[in-house]
Order: sequence, then structure tokens, then C-alpha cells
Amino acid sequence: MKRSNSIFKKDRFVKRLTLIPYSSWAFLFIVVPLLFVAYYAFTDSDFNFTLDNVGRFFNATTSILNPDGTYKEVHTYLVIFWRSLKLALISTFICLLLGYPFAYIISRASAKTQKIIVTLIMIPMWMNFLIRTYAWMTILQDAGILNGILDFFGISPVHIIGTEAAVVIGMVYDYFPYMILPIYSIMAKMDNRLIEAAKDLGCNGAGVLRRVIWPLSLPGVISGITMVLIPSISTFYISQKLGYGKFYLIGDAIEAQYSANNLHFAAAIAFVLMVILLVAMVFMQNYANKKTLVA
Amino acid sequence: MGMKKIIELKGVSKSFDGEVVLDNIDLDIYDNEFLTLLGPSGCGKTTTLRIIGGFESADKGDVIFMGENINDLPPYKRNINTVFQRYALFPHLNVYENIAFPLREKKVKKAEIDEKVTEMLKLVALTGFEHRSVTSLSGGQQQRVAIARALVSNPKVLLLDEPLAALDLKLRKDMQQELKKIQKATGITFIFVTHDQEEALSMSDTVVVMAEGRIQQIGTPIDIYNEPENAFVADFIGESNIVDGIMLEDKKVSFSSHVFDCVDYGFKKKEPVDVVVRPEDVDIVPEEKGMLKGVVTSVTFLGVHYEIIVDINGFKWMIQTTDFVDVDEHIGLYIEPDAIHIMHKSQYSGMFGDYSSFSNELEELSDAEMELDE
Repeated sequence: MKRSNSIFKKDRFVKRLTLIPYSSWAFLFIVVPLLFVAYYAFTDSDFNFTLDNVGRFFNATTSILNPDGTYKEVHTYLVIFWRSLKLALISTFICLLLGYPFAYIISRASAKTQKIIVTLIMIPMWMNFLIRTYAWMTILQDAGILNGILDFFGISPVHIIGTEAAVVIGMVYDYFPYMILPIYSIMAKMDNRLIEAAKDLGCNGAGVLRRVIWPLSLPGVISGITMVLIPSISTFYISQKLGYGKFYLIGDAIEAQYSANNLHFAAAIAFVLMVILLVAMVFMQNYANKKTLVA
Repeated sequence: MGMKKIIELKGVSKSFDGEVVLDNIDLDIYDNEFLTLLGPSGCGKTTTLRIIGGFESADKGDVIFMGENINDLPPYKRNINTVFQRYALFPHLNVYENIAFPLREKKVKKAEIDEKVTEMLKLVALTGFEHRSVTSLSGGQQQRVAIARALVSNPKVLLLDEPLAALDLKLRKDMQQELKKIQKATGITFIFVTHDQEEALSMSDTVVVMAEGRIQQIGTPIDIYNEPENAFVADFIGESNIVDGIMLEDKKVSFSSHVFDCVDYGFKKKEPVDVVVRPEDVDIVPEEKGMLKGVVTSVTFLGVHYEIIVDINGFKWMIQTTDFVDVDEHIGLYIEPDAIHIMHKSQYSGMFGDYSSFSNELEELSDAEMELDE
């Protein structure tokens, strides 16, 4: 007994040892930078403690021109944040709407087809995200590929580039795989007998989906939503290129402040965004746990 | 047992990827009976069950349920429920909700659901487990939940796909008793799939022995054991010594260079036949008094009896006896006329019933690939 105990201890020690490279990597490149962000967010240029930067996020105002010629005073960064949230939510919703049935269809296909489709989904992810965004510019431009095709079929051209729709298209395209893959991987593991059991017990197709497949795939849905919503809230670039910079997003704001060497304020925006996302994530995870682990 | 047909399979055939799994199956299943589909892996028993349940459709032939053709009826419209291999309980629902699942689909009133679930829990002896998570239950308990869930909507037929395969021996025996009790109490027709012949014999009203996609024999457990149709059935159900013989005339058969009296008749004169002698039906006598003479090559103590292998002119017989004999002892064998069972030659002749290469390992090997039917 004693002997096996000491072997067990030694085993655990070795296991911990093997964790060192990863732990130090995570510490150096995840924890330390986060601490720096927090440090910068709560200090001024002389590195004295201040709440001004965080305060500025909530309080800064701008006058914007209304269509009727009057001016309106708005909270600059809150407006930007809501706009980012709105576009991100729309994109996430579209991703879910397209991705869920797609993931289901893949998971029911033969093993070989599954591999091919998953690879096809992943291939665009190997390409740089900037290049993909540029590609969408050439597609969506007024004289671009899309309108060329429409013209060929005698359909009048559409104006998409520089609209919110273009930004949403870009986001959906970029983050679509992050929605499909977690849902697909949960569905692929789902025991087919559970589906047969549901049919056996009186469920038609819709019933099987609603009462068995959906609740069991919920953890995948939650992680899909998390993985699409969070990067799309903080994305920048896409709105600059596809939205012609007309839809200034929170990510653009952070980038602009960094470019202007306004590190402390940039850090404050990033910090506030992080806290908001963290809280949202905790809520979602709790929801998922409650839904899937009903005792 | 009522003699009303509840399910009829007529000429049912099925292939997967060009491989024939079921070859022209005809089977009548009667109301209230406990019927077992018995056979080795890949014999088509699970496919037969899945066709009855509606999870596979036959390539050819008809499935008749209470006089109606249900070939194209989806599973959820069939008044037939299934207890799946490894139970297939819904992990996101507790015991109560698993059992209530089919009732909720039918929009049954709350009070009635409560009443029925409580009744089912009592039937499977799980009262008090309502709010337990199904993943926290033992295999035996999960099995009971699966049975309760399948029975709660009062189906006409219950299909059970190797439901006891995952349980340990002791639990298995208990569950066999319990299933039989539940079947009697509910009066529901049970169609039970197993590869375990002992299970089949002890539980069933009717046993259907299958091999290579065909039905080999249908009968009561006693018929199947005492009057096997061919060498396959004789070998698969219990232990058998199967030797080549010649039917000399009615009630006279010659094998192993000796002429025996037997009770079978109706064969052609000089017809080559397979002769079955069960190991427990052979008496050991002093060599000079034996009808057959041989040398003991191995003795295994199995508690109630010894299992000995005897070499008779190069053919190895298995004999179960409570008398002790030693290896290398010369003994005589005495066989009563009614211990001899005569079968027509079949495609399985010569494949079974010789114990020269006997080992338990081989038996287990054939059990190991149970998933082949899928």
C-alpha cells in the first residue's frame, strides 16, 4: 500500500513537471499581458493610480449631426460599444441559424464525407484574415464580383459595400467555422441510439430535435456562441474595410487609441470590454450547466 | 399463450453493402408470448428486431402487425417499443423524466403521468429514484429505467436487444427472472434477442435459432434442446457430440462401428445421418461392458460434475459425469436408445460436435464481435 502510494506521488510529480513548459508559456504570454492591460488601464502617463481612463469610457461625449440638422450629445464609447454588440449579436445569430442545421447534417453523414466537409470548413481558416477580408471587398464592391454575377443574370446591381450588411457578411464569413465546429463535435459524439430511442418512444423528426438533439447539443451551442460573439464584438479591420470605416466599432476604437500612442486609455477600453465579456460568459456557462445537468 | 398472431414476417430479406444479412425470413409471433431470437453474432437477429421496430426497412418481404402491413410505418407510429442495447437513456433527463418521455410526447395530463410513472417505478422496483440522474445509476438500475420507459405507454410488443449483455452474471440471472415476471404481469409480447443459449432456454416460450441470416429452428426450449433440427442447432444449444451415422432401418442406427437401438424413425434405408448424443446422457461403464470403448484424454472438474474428453477411434467425445475417472483410463460407454437423436444431413454436417480442438476460448471469441449486425 505504502509502496503504491509513493509511486502515485512520484507519478503526480512527473505529471506536474511536464506541465511546466505550458504553465510558464501561459503565464508569460497570457497572464502577464493581462496584468499589464489592467495596470495601464488604472494608471496615468506617470503611472500613478487613476480611474480617469475607465471613467472616460463611460463619460466621454461627442456631438453628432442629426438628419434634421440639429446636433445631439451622445456617450461616445457607449454608442460604439452598443453598435459593436448589435453587429456581433446579429452575426452570431446568423452563424447559429446557418451553422446548427449544417453541423447536424455533417454529423449524420458518412465518416468520409464528414472528414471532407470539416476540412473544407477549416481550409479558409489557414489563410490570413486580412486577405480574406480583402477578398470580400472585391466581391462586394459596387463594380465587384457579386454585381458582375447579378448583371450576368440581368439582375440590377446591389449596393452592399460600406453598409452594416457588408460588415455582418464579413463577420459571419470569418467566424462561421467557430460556430460549426463545437456544435458538430458534440453532435458527432451523440449516440445514435438516443435518437432511435426518441423515435421509438413516439417522437417524430421535430420532436427528436426539440426534446433530444437540441438539449444535448446545448453545450456545443453555448461554446459556439461564445467563440463567435466574443471575437466579433472586438473585431476591427472588418468594419474599416467592408464598412468603409463608417461603422466605428469598439475594436477600431482600441486600435485607434493604440495607434495614437494613447496606451492607457486603449488599455482601459480593452479592460472594460474584457470585464463585460467575462461576466456574459460566466452567465452563459451557468445557463448551459443548468440546462444540461438537471439532476 | 393466446394463439392470436400479433406479428408476421413474410419472406423478409435484407442486405447491407451487398452482404446478405437476412435471407427470406418467415416468422409468426403470437400475442402474449416470450419469444427469443437466438444465434451467434452476425446471424441477423438484431436486424430482424430492428426491422420489426422500424429502424431498418426490409429489402424484400412484408412485416404484418395485427393484420396490417407496417412496412412503411415509421417507428414513432408503431405500437412497439424497444429496450436498447446499453439502454440509450436520455442523459439530460432524470429517472422520472426518462420514464415520462413518451407520455409527454402524447400530451398526457400531469396527474396521469404521475400515476403511470409511479406505477412503472414500482413495477421495476425503483420507487424513490424519481429525481436521480440516470448517469448516477448502476447498470442494473439503468436497465430497469429503460424497461419502465419502454413499458409506460403500454405497447403491444416489447423488443429487447441483448438487454442483459452488459450486466455481470449474478445480476443477469436476477434480471432474467424479473423480465420473465414483468412479461407475465403485463401480458405484453416480448421479443428478446440474445446470443446466450442458457438465457434463451430459461426465459422463453418460443426460441427461434438463427444462423447466417436464416431461421434454423423454431420451437419450445425443450423441443430445441431435445430435438435439434441440424448440427448447427445441436451444437449451439448446449454441448453435443455429433457423429456420422447410417440409419439402417426405423429405430436402428449405426455409428462408431456399433449398431444402436434408438427411437427415431421415418428415415430412408441406409440414409447417412448426423447423430447427436448429449454429454450428460452417456453412462460410463467398465470397458468390457461398453457399447463403445475409448481412452480418457482429459478430465476437468466443474463443481457439480466432471467434464471428460474420451477418444473413441480418433473421434473425441465429451461426457459429463459425476463418477471420477483418470486420464489414460480405458472406459466403456453405454448409451440408452432415447439418448440418441437422429438428424438429417445439412450444410452444417461435419462442422460441429467433435471435441478434439475444444476450448472455451473459441466460444468466447465468437461472442466478442456482437456489434456485427449493425
